[in-house]
Amino acid sequence: MKGNEAIAHAAIRCGADAYFGYPITPQSEVIETLAALKPWEETGMVVLQAESEVASINMVYGAAGAGKRVLTSSSSPGVALMQEGIAYMAGAEIPGVFVNVQRGGPGLGTIQPSQADYFQATRGGGNGDYYVITLAPNSVQEMADFVDLAFELAFKYRNPAMILSDGVIGQMMEKVVLPPYKPRRTEEQIAKECPWATMGRTNGRKPNIMTSLEMQPEVMEQRNLALLRKYQQIKDNEVRYEKTLCDDAEYIIVSFGSAARIAEKAVELAREEGIKVGLFRPITLWPFPEKEIAALAEGKKGILSAEINAGQMIEDIRLAVNGKVPVEHFGRLGGIVPGPDEIVEALKNKLMK
Amino acid sequence: MKKEIIISGFGGQGVLSMGKILAYSGLMEDKEVTWMPAYGPEQRGGTCNVTVIVSDERVSSPIVSEYDVAIVLNQPSLDKFEPKVKKGGFLIYDTSGIINPPKRTDITVCPIAAMDKAVEMKNSKVFNMIVLGGLLKVCPVVSDKGVEKALYKTLPERHHGLIPLNMEAITAGKEIIG
Repeated sequence: MKGNEAIAHAAIRCGADAYFGYPITPQSEVIETLAALKPWEETGMVVLQAESEVASINMVYGAAGAGKRVLTSSSSPGVALMQEGIAYMAGAEIPGVFVNVQRGGPGLGTIQPSQADYFQATRGGGNGDYYVITLAPNSVQEMADFVDLAFELAFKYRNPAMILSDGVIGQMMEKVVLPPYKPRRTEEQIAKECPWATMGRTNGRKPNIMTSLEMQPEVMEQRNLALLRKYQQIKDNEVRYEKTLCDDAEYIIVSFGSAARIAEKAVELAREEGIKVGLFRPITLWPFPEKEIAALAEGKKGILSAEINAGQMIEDIRLAVNGKVPVEHFGRLGGIVPGPDEIVEALKNKLMK
Repeated sequence: MKKEIIISGFGGQGVLSMGKILAYSGLMEDKEVTWMPAYGPEQRGGTCNVTVIVSDERVSSPIVSEYDVAIVLNQPSLDKFEPKVKKGGFLIYDTSGIINPPKRTDITVCPIAAMDKAVEMKNSKVFNMIVLGGLLKVCPVVSDKGVEKALYKTLPERHHGLIPLNMEAITAGKEIIG
């Protein structure tokens, strides 16, 4: 099945309570598949086409504030519209899951694949000092697996979590093993696991208030500091990555999502030519595997950041490597997806001369 | 075994569905597969293509720069993909859509009069299955049995009655490919 379809199936199977969304290429199959599967008849999951992305995200805000497992999905321009809501959720510490099946930008851009929303995803995207847990799937299987993982992380840390995919992973079909069914949580379970949720006040309990607004700067600063402590905890515990053929490598390609699949083939091609190169794939883009990349860079001749954008993740790699080895970028733009041979050429031209 | 195949033609010729049946056939035989379409406005009549990779091992990139087999169903597709066939690979083209036939001599060029055959079979819709038959003759990447299973898997039940006709078209394709 397609990556987008896997998202829909996985959402139902992991016990999601609701999906709110607005169609946009290249991810419309998410809502189409949900509509075809009619989960409201089986699990009671709500599926609603909102009037816009702004409406979707605010529906997510409201429902997730009541402790429900809620997700939305969109593509780049639609996710740009959602940023206000995501910042509000980060500020009010409300868990929720967002899927961005990226396309070329800026603005409406193209409908073809891109990874140009790396900055938007990993730097918060909206206003204020905050981060969104960002997972980058590189296969249809990971599209399916990361929905539940994103919910688990979002609820564990009461923080928005994003699945940063793109048109390649969303549109391509490959083999997938769908996760087992998990029942939706009951009201009693939510009340127990989410004491912060606004789900009707019981006698004697103080009202739960979900807001990102605070008029007292001293109080707000304390809230910001509490958020920073939480972000540090996430950085300490939730970094995920994958290393391929790095042990004997002289060069490392760092790549995420669909680009990492293409880079994997580039590594195969380069190794056939006798070039000792390995692949490092960050799975969490925030928290970024900075310590792991810094350690890996030791003694290497150079690092190539292969991304389908103008050079965004390269900034995080350079910060991690801190000048120890040369770090160069290769990317294609505007919805053009590079072939593996282009990455091999870039490796030779930018690092091996 | 790993075959990287591009199928390209006009939107409406059954390019994507042929690729889908090929990919599902691989799946039915427990192979690793990827199916990566050009999903732009191509689907509405322009030139449209899909990359299908069928392999015994994990498929790394769903996007490749050169192909073991190119199946081209119109002139723009031939012009675009003839240079991208690997040395020793196959180029299959439908004779009715092509004005300037392929020129390369380091690959095997296989013409197939699939459109003519579809007209003869009085069903233009089986055109893509005739082409698929041609592919399976020159490059048997999946078995007929796998294709049949894939058809049952991918076609809605109300169309299952058409599967024998589709299998006939595959046999016809195997017979007429050059």
